[in-house]
Amino acid sequence: MKLRRKVNIGIYIVCGILAILSIMPFWIMIVNATRSTVQIQQHAVSLIPSTHILENWKVLTGKTFNPFTGFINSVIISTGATACAVYFSTLTAYALVAYEWKMRQPFFTVILAVMMIPTQVISIGFYQFMYRIGMTNNLLALILPAIAAPMTVFFMRQYMLPSLNLDIVASARIDGAGEFRTFNSIVLPIMKPAMATQAIFTYVTSWNALFMPMILLTKKENYTMPIMVSLLKGDIYKTEYGAVYLALTLSILPLFIVYFLLSKYIIAGVALGSVKE
Amino acid sequence: MPLKKEGKPKIKGVSYAKYGYLFSLPFVIIFLVFMLYPTLFTAVIGFTDFKGVVATSFKFLEHPFDNFVSIFANKTFRTSLVNTVVIWTMNFIPQMGLALLLTAWFTNRSRRIRGQGAFKVLFYLPNIITAASVAILYGVIFAYPIGPINDILQSLHLIKEPFDFSTSPWAAKIVVAFIQFWQWYGYTTIILISGVLGINPELFEAAEIDGASPRQTFFQVTLPCMRTILIFTLITSLIGGLNMFDIPKLYIWNGGPANATMTTSVFIYAQAFSGTYLYNKAAAASMIMFVIIAILSAFTFFLMRDRSEARAIRAMKRMEKLKKGAAV
Repeated sequence: MKLRRKVNIGIYIVCGILAILSIMPFWIMIVNATRSTVQIQQHAVSLIPSTHILENWKVLTGKTFNPFTGFINSVIISTGATACAVYFSTLTAYALVAYEWKMRQPFFTVILAVMMIPTQVISIGFYQFMYRIGMTNNLLALILPAIAAPMTVFFMRQYMLPSLNLDIVASARIDGAGEFRTFNSIVLPIMKPAMATQAIFTYVTSWNALFMPMILLTKKENYTMPIMVSLLKGDIYKTEYGAVYLALTLSILPLFIVYFLLSKYIIAGVALGSVKE
Repeated sequence: MPLKKEGKPKIKGVSYAKYGYLFSLPFVIIFLVFMLYPTLFTAVIGFTDFKGVVATSFKFLEHPFDNFVSIFANKTFRTSLVNTVVIWTMNFIPQMGLALLLTAWFTNRSRRIRGQGAFKVLFYLPNIITAASVAILYGVIFAYPIGPINDILQSLHLIKEPFDFSTSPWAAKIVVAFIQFWQWYGYTTIILISGVLGINPELFEAAEIDGASPRQTFFQVTLPCMRTILIFTLITSLIGGLNMFDIPKLYIWNGGPANATMTTSVFIYAQAFSGTYLYNKAAAASMIMFVIIAILSAFTFFLMRDRSEARAIRAMKRMEKLKKGAAV
């Protein structure tokens, strides 16, 4: 019994260290966002916040970094992509679960086959295609593709198979409801928990995306938050540590808030094995 | 093959099959336009002389595989391929090791580790944060000559002079691998724990009755039962690793010292989109990566098919639990 307790203490210590490791970089970031560049250069680590946040803000926004533009563009793209992905994936999953059609199995096989292929490896063709039809610098180029999200369809189908009772659908038919209305008013409410889980992960993935947005959006007014963040690496902010920390804090803060509000659902969603770009 | 089951979605001889087609139509159209067409287009560009910022026309090369030959001969591409695998391996081995250890601790029924929920939330936190921000953050944390890490190491008297992490090729690689590890071990831990919870509890009871120690139980019951999930984690992590871009791109600019952090994605981006506009070479490199990833995902494809039914039932049960939890 005694030995077990000792081992348990060891486990708590290891977990505590890992927890600190998770938080420490963000803590340094937030504190340094309030400290002046001079203070940071004297001592890069401090646990106590300072009062220079406004100066940092002026330095930051006086240059290329525009947190508002980045935030708004990211919100538009992520919201649009999430709505498209969740709604149409559920609709596609419904087509796979509720109807008997000749191409059903081959279609599902295709979805399984392409599920793991990341869009990054087809970026050259995607960019050239968008360039030709004049859709670079158009946010829709990052929203519309979300309608075909094989991973989300797969997840929705897996959830729908056991939870959707087709008798309900049949009785709706007898009541004279159209197929599309049945989907919207009966199937969607049943799928709500799965849709919420997928919405969170699609939103976060879309919010965090760098590669595709960076290729497609070349005009400053279209930059998303991650592209704005990538500007911090350039020479313009080279020695402005206070401003860089503040910019990072601003880019991370919304995710922090969302994460700590929804962490229970996010962890449960991860446990379902549903995410992985 | 006529696959007709009796009755199911048919009422009074009305066929609803057309709705199956209709409802999957948006997916199919978008898939064809935004995924299949770009894939074929990328493949085609790989066989052409297409380059230059304003070029829109191109013609096929006389020797169609020239781009592929020159990409394989390209030293930077080979370096980037090796880097990608090396950085992924340096991240994955400790990641899997730690995740297995945490899984063993958290699922050990006689230990009853408390605060698991809070630990999971904290371990998973880095995964949800924008990789671009994380990369820049680590860039300033490892800054030279004055940055938090140098500051800490000097105050602990571990080093006398500040260490420049950005000029040593191995330091750069290790830091990138560490960031990947730091972002992903929590994810892997949660996946593995949920895998253990999915194992039939009777197996553990039987092991207990047979007098197996927790260690024996873990190695002889838990691990063998987790084989599929472990392979799945390995392959999905490898596919993700082969696309590693944000961290190596933004932690150190331009591939790092001696191209130490140049991964294949960074290479492809540099070829096509930063100054050189060698779309044909970038497309050839992309197709090489595409083939590697397609082979890897073929493995997961067969794994998924077997597991999909069992997963469905588990997924539903868990969701219901969650719903109940939320209602209370």
